[in-house]
Amino acid sequence: MKRMTRKATRHVNHNEGLIFEKSSPGKAAWKLPPLDVPEVNTAKLLGTAERKDLGHMPEVSEIEIIRHFTRLSTWNYAIDLGMYPLGSCTMKYNPRVNEVVARLEGLANGHPYQPEKISQGALRIIKTLSECLLEITGMDAITLQPAAGAHGELTGLLMVRAYHDAKGNPRKKVLIPDSAHGTNPATAAMVGYSVENLKSNARGMVEVAALEAQMNDDVAALMLTNPNTLGVFEQEIHKIAQIMHAKGGLLYMDGANMNALVGKVRPGDFGVDVMHLNLHKTFSTPHGGGGPGSGPVAVNQPLEPFLPKPVVISKSDGTLGFEYERPQSVGRVRSFYGNFGMFVRALAYILANGPDGLRQTTEDAVLNANYIRKGLEGVYDLPYATPSMHEVVFSDKLQAKRGVRTMDIAKRLIDYGFHPYTTAFPLIVPGALMIEPTESEDREEMDLFVEAMKSIAEEVEEDPQTVLDAPHTTRVSRLDETAAARKPVLRWKPE
Amino acid sequence: MRYLPKSPADREAILKAIGARSIDDLFAPIPAEYRLNRDLKIPRQMAESEIVDWFRLRSKENGLEYTNFLGAGAYVHYRPVIIDSLISRGEFLTAYTPYQAEISQGTLQAIFEFQTMICELTGMEVANASMYDGSTAAAEAAMMAVRVTGRSSVVIAKSLHPEYREVVATYACHQGMPLATVGFAETGRLNLQELEQAITPDTACVLIQSPNFFGTIEDVATIAELAHKNGALLVVSIAEAVSLGIVEPPRDADIVAMEAQSFGVPVGFGGPYCGVIATREKFVRQMPGRLAGQTTDRNGKRGFVLTLATREQHIRREKATSNICTNQALVALMVNIFMAVYGKVGLKELAKQNLSKTAYAADQFGRHARVLFAGAPRFNEFVVQTSEDPYVINSRLLGHKLVGGLPLRKFYPELGKAALWCCTEMTTRTSIDTAVGMLAESEAEEPSGEHAAEEVAR
Repeated sequence: MKRMTRKATRHVNHNEGLIFEKSSPGKAAWKLPPLDVPEVNTAKLLGTAERKDLGHMPEVSEIEIIRHFTRLSTWNYAIDLGMYPLGSCTMKYNPRVNEVVARLEGLANGHPYQPEKISQGALRIIKTLSECLLEITGMDAITLQPAAGAHGELTGLLMVRAYHDAKGNPRKKVLIPDSAHGTNPATAAMVGYSVENLKSNARGMVEVAALEAQMNDDVAALMLTNPNTLGVFEQEIHKIAQIMHAKGGLLYMDGANMNALVGKVRPGDFGVDVMHLNLHKTFSTPHGGGGPGSGPVAVNQPLEPFLPKPVVISKSDGTLGFEYERPQSVGRVRSFYGNFGMFVRALAYILANGPDGLRQTTEDAVLNANYIRKGLEGVYDLPYATPSMHEVVFSDKLQAKRGVRTMDIAKRLIDYGFHPYTTAFPLIVPGALMIEPTESEDREEMDLFVEAMKSIAEEVEEDPQTVLDAPHTTRVSRLDETAAARKPVLRWKPE
Repeated sequence: MRYLPKSPADREAILKAIGARSIDDLFAPIPAEYRLNRDLKIPRQMAESEIVDWFRLRSKENGLEYTNFLGAGAYVHYRPVIIDSLISRGEFLTAYTPYQAEISQGTLQAIFEFQTMICELTGMEVANASMYDGSTAAAEAAMMAVRVTGRSSVVIAKSLHPEYREVVATYACHQGMPLATVGFAETGRLNLQELEQAITPDTACVLIQSPNFFGTIEDVATIAELAHKNGALLVVSIAEAVSLGIVEPPRDADIVAMEAQSFGVPVGFGGPYCGVIATREKFVRQMPGRLAGQTTDRNGKRGFVLTLATREQHIRREKATSNICTNQALVALMVNIFMAVYGKVGLKELAKQNLSKTAYAADQFGRHARVLFAGAPRFNEFVVQTSEDPYVINSRLLGHKLVGGLPLRKFYPELGKAALWCCTEMTTRTSIDTAVGMLAESEAEEPSGEHAAEEVAR
């Protein structure tokens, strides 16, 4: 390594097999209390439905389980270890008080079917969070039922379709910019819409003239991420909304990048009709290695009748309850009421911030992205010079001349103690490096990041092979993904 | 704001470095007329102690100290404490989806173990890394069957969780996927005559739940035979995962769509939970959701990666098998740890305790009311029909800090004054006896046929 930063150093980590490889008969990590009712004869009770054997399920002791998963955990990078600049993923600090309040007994052990009379606490949380999110988005009504962002997209487009249906024509197409995340077109297909691509202009924004030409009575909605995946705010958003509305279409906003807007501008104010939020991005609930998320969908008044059921209402006696009589509802998208535990965490985050904290958070997120941009401009190619909001997208154009691509740079970044940025996305930037620092990074961490990126750029010139072979410091080197897909081994089997 | 690591001087210095005069410069791309020039109208910034107090009050208003007999897709089982100690490690809690395999081996190996254990328990050959929950897993499994068979319609058991049925209907509605429903027989099991009539040459799959919504264990082999004879797949939804410890898994199914909440996940007012899809190896390329696979690194060392991504939305976009991206990874880790704790022997003993408590309770209830569906084995739920409205009985119980069974009027009005009761290893004999005593106040003292049947079974 050319210039060793202070960010990371080698340390011992433990080898660990699969849990099955530690198993042997007679070991156990469980103990049940004595049975206080007569023990049944399972063979008599179940007959042929009785299960005799649990196959290769492991038998291990408690200390082995603790060590097993603790050792595995040390093989992961995490926000708690340092900057995790994945673009469009908003890897911000996950406050610990969120975890504490989500585990309070009445909330963690509340049954979804317990009577409303004894569910007022949970209902109050749903109501309060809904109100906060409506104020933040400037929208009129909301559902918290969707379990993740893509699930929110599905819910939002189902409502779009129901809205058009109620007017007599569901329409046929959804317009999606070429910079969009893959969930957008996949979702449109699930709702029975065909997808029409919308080309970005030279500034990385929606080309208003092209939109005008493509917009017609067949188009149900435009799915727009704002700021878009380049981290660029769609400056002509009001014109975009006007064009959609003039021909009876709706403007759907993918709220993946809401961390750039909270407290500074509200989608409801600039013409958005329906949008989803990601509580696991903007509102600090932990990503947990890929989930759980939560994808509330906020809409304006004309779409309110189509919200999934049930919705929370205030009853005449002052208590809260669920309303199921919703004749125009798109139906249910999930059992019960959604990922309630994530509502608790997101609300705790909002309460910890208040209006001033949320605004400062947004400002810091945008400040940080621009600091990174400034630090790396000239070192890496900046395909779009348009001002950045909360993330910045470079390309590997300069490094590609030496045969080094974005993924190689990303892998080398690991050796410097950082998680890579998002690679090869958005698709409109060949060899993209998409960097979102979030507000959670201090100056020192960002300086180290910039220094690491500069050092790698120098290595590309002087010793590209070091970069191409990276990472060098991890417990495994680059893994053979082709072999994994060609002959999939998707489970352990005894030898 | 205590989560933000910058001093005012840092902010000034950064602005200077960027060449911006003020923070407003950075928000200049937003048209001025849309910028918010006021505070958001949300509660003021709170101290950590105030936040804890606020949520403590909500916790108190939320059934704290009540004992409940509710199941119906959300089951109260004991959660070994090491689950929370382990999932609270920041390396699991605060990591992203393991796309960068070299620094995500912990999450990836855990998913691989999860997939393996789900296969062992369900009798399937491959399992994915998780789905949102049991209801969306059922819906995605039905859509998967449509892709596999090239047929379009789905036959659904009425004894599938009513909310799962609603979700399947929502997902199906714009996919050109007609749904037909098949009722239940006197035994609580699927009505096989009706099923036979409902299956057509266009049926992609038969979707059932076992143990079904009433707790009754279905005759999966016979249903599979009927489906397969007609070229349809069998999808089995499992809402109560603990049943797999003592109930034969649906080995004749083609797809299992599971809810694994019972394995160490708090009931938590309905979520987050952990859906899973498991299936046959030959269908894996039609399966939705993430998959971890084993491979080797450049030095031949074993390692794990996310694989078969060409099924997924970030590669295939509108042609993907599903739009799912974020799943329930951390919840799947809870499930994984739970399965490791109980393991081969513990899961069986745990399931047996559930069975014993439920048999005792059904027997006791049967002395005063009619316990339905006696003709088939059940796991840990049963339906009690009373002469008094179950809502009235429940309000009496509530006064004694007991939450009675789920009244079924909303979902199954044809069952009359009936409620779905659930007992797990957490249900004490004392609470069962108290509940039975309070129900008996309004019921005639005559044992039903069910009571006699239970006696014989023991």
